[in-house]
Amino acid sequence: MLGNLSKNDWILVIGFSAVVLLAPILFQPIGAAYPAILEKFCIFGLFAIGFNILFGLTGYLSFGHAAFLGVGSYAAVWSFKLLSMNVLPAIVLSMVFAGVFALVIGFVSLRRSGIYFSILTLAFAQMSYNMAYSVLTPLTNGETGLQLSLKDPRVIDSLFVTAGDGLPRTSLFGVGISGGGLPGFYFTAVVLIIGFYVALRIFRSPFGLMLKAIKSNQNRMRYTGFNTRPYLMAAFVISGVYAGLAGSLMAAVDPLAGPDRMQWTASGEVVLMTILGGVGTLVGPVIGAAVIKYFENIFSAFNENALANIFSFLPQGLRDGVVKISSLFVGEGWSLTLGLVFMAIVIFLPGGIMEGIRLIVSRFKKRGNGNKSAVNGQAQPAE
Amino acid sequence: MTNQKSNIVLDVSGVNKSFGGLRALTNVNLQVEEGKVHAIIGPNGAGKSTLLNVCIGRLKPDNGHVVFNGQTLDSHQPHEINQLGVSRVFQTPEIFADLNLLENVMIPAFAKRDGAFTFNALKSVSSETELRAEAEEILHDVGLYERRFHLAGSLSRGDKRRLELGMCLIQKPKLLLLDEPTAGMARHDTNMTIELLKRIKSRGMTKVIIEHDMHVVFSLADKISVLAQGTVIAEGLPEEIRGNPRVKEAYLGEAHG
Repeated sequence: MLGNLSKNDWILVIGFSAVVLLAPILFQPIGAAYPAILEKFCIFGLFAIGFNILFGLTGYLSFGHAAFLGVGSYAAVWSFKLLSMNVLPAIVLSMVFAGVFALVIGFVSLRRSGIYFSILTLAFAQMSYNMAYSVLTPLTNGETGLQLSLKDPRVIDSLFVTAGDGLPRTSLFGVGISGGGLPGFYFTAVVLIIGFYVALRIFRSPFGLMLKAIKSNQNRMRYTGFNTRPYLMAAFVISGVYAGLAGSLMAAVDPLAGPDRMQWTASGEVVLMTILGGVGTLVGPVIGAAVIKYFENIFSAFNENALANIFSFLPQGLRDGVVKISSLFVGEGWSLTLGLVFMAIVIFLPGGIMEGIRLIVSRFKKRGNGNKSAVNGQAQPAE
Repeated sequence: MTNQKSNIVLDVSGVNKSFGGLRALTNVNLQVEEGKVHAIIGPNGAGKSTLLNVCIGRLKPDNGHVVFNGQTLDSHQPHEINQLGVSRVFQTPEIFADLNLLENVMIPAFAKRDGAFTFNALKSVSSETELRAEAEEILHDVGLYERRFHLAGSLSRGDKRRLELGMCLIQKPKLLLLDEPTAGMARHDTNMTIELLKRIKSRGMTKVIIEHDMHVVFSLADKISVLAQGTVIAEGLPEEIRGNPRVKEAYLGEAHG
């Protein structure tokens, strides 16, 4: 089973793992080496990888993936409340629940394609969001969000240990995961690497090839003898399970779950991450997720005072003007910046950051090769 | 054949099809014998493509039946009809433009081997050496082997047709439906395609071919049906059709009017 990947793919997996595991050192210069933000990179990276299995391979654009993220979070918190603070049962439970949820939503939504599919998924996600606020309050604790409490039974834990005074931390066999320590980051990192490896296997498998073919020409697939619906269904459920897994990791590093995790903005965010990084590429969605979360972190921290400091070299009158205008783009206005960057990417670099990297690399290669013309036909499509 | 009446692979009986007020097919009967090349010719708008679409399940006949190898196709989905052994080359090539030629030809081979759906996510495409060898052989046959790593979308129209033909051939269908397989090809390519189709002819595959190019029709067909205004006006061996006055009228009438 391990021998099925090509040498280049192994290099990709090892390189990816190295970067992820060394992130606390590598990201030091850009000020993103603390566990809380690194965990975010991993969790949203995983979310985007899963989303890309649906959108990147089949071309079906779901606008409701946050619903699965939310279901995963709720399931994980319930597992912490009822079963154990160990993260493994929580993860398994979230994946199962998100998978079942995806099966139901996919069954209905996949009857349509294109924009109608997107609208259906969006409708389902908004429905889940509103239900989490209203009728499902006993399950979701409504607006307050689902939290741990001292009265939780935790039936498995209570067999082995007596509960302490405060709220317990989530853990992996005694190692604390929540609370923003390095173990928490390494846990999410390992899950991300496994998720990346599984996605790579799917990309290289006959199943993945069929998904790409569906994206390319679904009609041809039908007249070629394929029943495309179960293929789409499987892709939808797999990407839903990824989202549920990401949701459970969110709960693992910070054990609470609120309905806004299911809101359409969260669904939109994963679309942005995937497109920004590069749709249909393996590494792109992770890069997109990290870039968006990193800049969100930086830009939201700015306020007018910070801006005034930055532009202090300008004369008074000009400075006020510059600060006023640029303050629109930071803090709360960060989404404005994101929107502009996104528009620029879609217009000038539709393949996202990965296409940009490829362009730069090929330019360097050309310079290196001199006038030796590249046999572009032999080049396997990257990713 | 020892039998006087050989096996009928495709039996179209009494098929009618209208689009709104337009009658595209009126009481069409067509019997295609096993191992034969059956050409359907006729002027533009005669209903040839509609007839093929009815055969592969893209269109449902208003009444009448299409029977393939003893099975009625009326209620079958397109993928089920393909799995029964019917492949089709379309008038405008239907290929996977974003994938390379090798993948384009391997995908139908997967359908043939694994059926309409298999969750095959643990294997890797590159470990499918047998299917790959098969696909490479087909690409040799259709003369596209050298370009097997090119994207299919980058091919010329004529090459796309040949690719699509290869995608059908790798499935070794019992019945191959060809909708103008040489349209848009240069003479040299047309001759190459005729040679290719002749070679498959010897493999015993039944073919229904729609074609405008009489050179192609008379070099390949064992039997010809002439369709005009939605009905079969003549049927017979190529020699018979060549001298048939009604056929001349249908064609000349179109050419002059």
